Amino acid sequence: MRTSSATVFCLLFASTSVQALDDRHLNVVPRTDAETKRIQGVTAAPTDFSQPQKFESRPGGAATVPVRNDAFAFKQPSANLSKEDGLIFRMGEAMFDKLWVSSPSSTLASDGLGPLYNARNCLGCHQKSGRGHAPEGPDDDALSLAIKLAIPGQQADQIYEIEDFLATRPEPTYGSQIQDFNLPGHPAEARIEVTFEELDIALSGGKTATLRRPSYALKDLGYGPLHHDVMFSPRVAPQMIGLGLLDAIPADDILANADPDDANGDGISGRANITWSVEYQRPMLGRFGLKAGAPTLRQQSAAAFAADIGISTPLFEAGHGDCTKEQVECIDAPHGDGDVRVFEVDEIGLDLVTFYSANLAVPARRDVDDPEVLRGKEVFHTTGCASCHTPSFVTHRLEEQPTQSFQLIWPYTDMLLHDMGPDLADNRPEGRATGQEWRTPPLWGIGLTRQVSGHTQFLHDGRARNILEAILWHGGEAQSARDTVVSMPPADRAALIRFIESL
Amino acid sequence: MTRHILITSAAVLALTAPAFAANKADVVANYANIAAAKYEDSLTTAKTLQAAVNALIENPSAEALHNAQGAWLASRVPYQQTEVYRFGNAAVDDWEGKVNAWPLDEGLIDYVDAAYGGPSDENPLAALNVVANASFDISGETIDAAEITPALLESLHEADGVEANVATGYHAIEFLLWGQDMNGHNHGAGDRPWTDFAAGDACTSDNCDRRAAYLKAATDLLVSDLEFMAAQWSVDGEARATVSGDTDAGLVAILTGMGSLSYGEQAGERMRLGLLLNDPEEEHDCFSDNTHNSHYYDGLGIQNVYLGEYVRVDGSLVSGPSVSDLVAEVNADLDAELQAKLSTTMMSLGRIKTAAESGFSYDQMLERGNAAGEALVMGGVDGLVDQTKSIEAAVKALGLDQLAFEGSDSLDNPDAVFQ
Repeated sequence: MRTSSATVFCLLFASTSVQALDDRHLNVVPRTDAETKRIQGVTAAPTDFSQPQKFESRPGGAATVPVRNDAFAFKQPSANLSKEDGLIFRMGEAMFDKLWVSSPSSTLASDGLGPLYNARNCLGCHQKSGRGHAPEGPDDDALSLAIKLAIPGQQADQIYEIEDFLATRPEPTYGSQIQDFNLPGHPAEARIEVTFEELDIALSGGKTATLRRPSYALKDLGYGPLHHDVMFSPRVAPQMIGLGLLDAIPADDILANADPDDANGDGISGRANITWSVEYQRPMLGRFGLKAGAPTLRQQSAAAFAADIGISTPLFEAGHGDCTKEQVECIDAPHGDGDVRVFEVDEIGLDLVTFYSANLAVPARRDVDDPEVLRGKEVFHTTGCASCHTPSFVTHRLEEQPTQSFQLIWPYTDMLLHDMGPDLADNRPEGRATGQEWRTPPLWGIGLTRQVSGHTQFLHDGRARNILEAILWHGGEAQSARDTVVSMPPADRAALIRFIESL
Repeated sequence: MTRHILITSAAVLALTAPAFAANKADVVANYANIAAAKYEDSLTTAKTLQAAVNALIENPSAEALHNAQGAWLASRVPYQQTEVYRFGNAAVDDWEGKVNAWPLDEGLIDYVDAAYGGPSDENPLAALNVVANASFDISGETIDAAEITPALLESLHEADGVEANVATGYHAIEFLLWGQDMNGHNHGAGDRPWTDFAAGDACTSDNCDRRAAYLKAATDLLVSDLEFMAAQWSVDGEARATVSGDTDAGLVAILTGMGSLSYGEQAGERMRLGLLLNDPEEEHDCFSDNTHNSHYYDGLGIQNVYLGEYVRVDGSLVSGPSVSDLVAEVNADLDAELQAKLSTTMMSLGRIKTAAESGFSYDQMLERGNAAGEALVMGGVDGLVDQTKSIEAAVKALGLDQLAFEGSDSLDNPDAVFQ
């Protein structure tokens, strides 16, 4: 039976009110009134652009590290980590770098790859903890780009506890993601082919920018045709710095910026994604992933193990990863679970990787007091960029995570969903996020992208080849800010980009 | 004029110059000389292994297999001492995965016991390996494996898009010589019968000729890879030129190598992680049960780089000005402290080696709840972590701590952070 997108339900049953979301993944020491007041003061919008704000040179608070002058600038542990915790960081890094091997194998704690996978290890896509990139063209491989799949959901897929939840389900044969690599004996699911079409954008000052619009095709389908209602979402691996700090921003502070009905009439709505916590079996604020589909760093890590490498964890228990019941050989193949660790990665291993990911440190800013940078900062604020790219937050005071506890951080994201217009849309909903909505990505570290990753590709699928192109792709709620950038004096535009590069 | 005569593989000259203050360039040159000696020794012993493998293939017998195993064990002694060169020297780190990658995708190479973590009944997919199949598909690409050559092994994982050489190097050879270690947490190594290489009807587990071809290809590849790295450290080798070109950067490479191997790699990944995960084979040389030596010689490599002296496989000594000399000049107490800590670590790693050689093997030490084993392993971990702190102090004492960072803005000022 054909399932049309019209059958996606948005039923309002006993839905959780947004305010009831909490941060039960953290051991929080409640804020005092005095602290709240101090925080309001220190995170207030700047009014004086003649000099840097106090503390802004350290975007990760006390966890901020000095800027290495090589490609390993995003591979450093939080500066405030003890030597003993540093060893936990290094063990987490070992799990992150570990090349998984096929099962059965003597190395019981290292087997269970696939059988279908996108990479043999986390590092495969998250090279140097930096950003992935789009394939250069039809013949390039898509190593750090994955294509997520879904079809419209049915009543059984609805989560009634979440208001405005957009039910989807995995593609019946291929699951929730295309895995383009495989163990011997299993067909790969598909080959991802990208082609680009160029378009010119006229800018003030007689300048022109050229954008490239990607189109994606799946070739050599290994398991028959895709479902006719399939929805694709191409995504490159995002950078990984400061994730533990983003995990520790109070949900209430994020929700305080949400304005789903644009009550203040600024043209910016900002909606929270609310997703199902596998760990706590309840709705939680979505924070991670390009549409904020995962509530915690731990769940995001476990989901990546499952979908990208085919590795099971206590949160996602299937040894066969993303294989569906239509992929019988994959289901029946040997897997790495069922030994003393029960899952391919056990609680200990998942905690190590989560700890590592939480402590990849944000490097210090450069040139905070340079006049052009300061001018660019002013342009950033007057243009409205800061409406979504919220400069700063203060993290929760935490009992067990001193490195993330009560830090003034400068991520330049509100952690909320925004409609970015039809040009950027993937048209694949995720949780409450519509096909046109994306979570504001943090901008910290963005100026080190070339040094770390050898390229400057941005946005969810890496289509933008520099910061200006990324701005020019902004539509929807960001259309007016984008138009302002197109028409502003070239010197202001240059200053704006210089400021963003200093982050 | 240099005060050193460069080391050749045959003759070694140790020229210590107590009358002169240690000179940074000489320290770096001696470091490169020791690298050259270690990689040449690795190459020499790999060639001995190659001869033993060829003899095994030519005339398979229990004795020939035993000889090849012995040659493999001997080849690990100099090689493990080179690992300290891996971190800090991009030329080594980029290459290392080809020869020493771990873990190994053994199921891709040869038969493995299906009961080992897989479903209990025989699974046809478990037999899809290079030894048993002249042709198979990986990721949409058909691999022609009719002839097993070094080139085939090198290309095997390019289908994955990244260099993931999990089917070549020392451990691939080790797996082919020993087979899987089926003893779990009990004492004992892998027990591959020599008849896995036998001709005709005597052949066990099928495809003995292809298994032999894989072993030969992997060994030949190891020899050529080691030839490459030995040349990198020769008089006009690139790796030597890189560390010599900027002596401060060269010193950073030396100390980074010592610190990174001590802390994250050996203490963390290889020792404490294995203990946490309780995997008897989450050890470095699992098929041969040689992990105690792997750890011991890694530790020795760190110590001998600091002291600037290395005993070669022919018994001769390479020595010269060392980082130890430089540190002693600026802070004699720190040098004494670091030397003492390196010795403490070697004592702890020696205990693990002694226990393992007398019957309490490394996989037994990793068993959950084995207090004696845990204490032995943690002794090594603690020593390595402790020496790392002094290595970092040495980096500071030599004024090398800001080299890797841009800008001069110190992040030490506590007032600069909102609290």
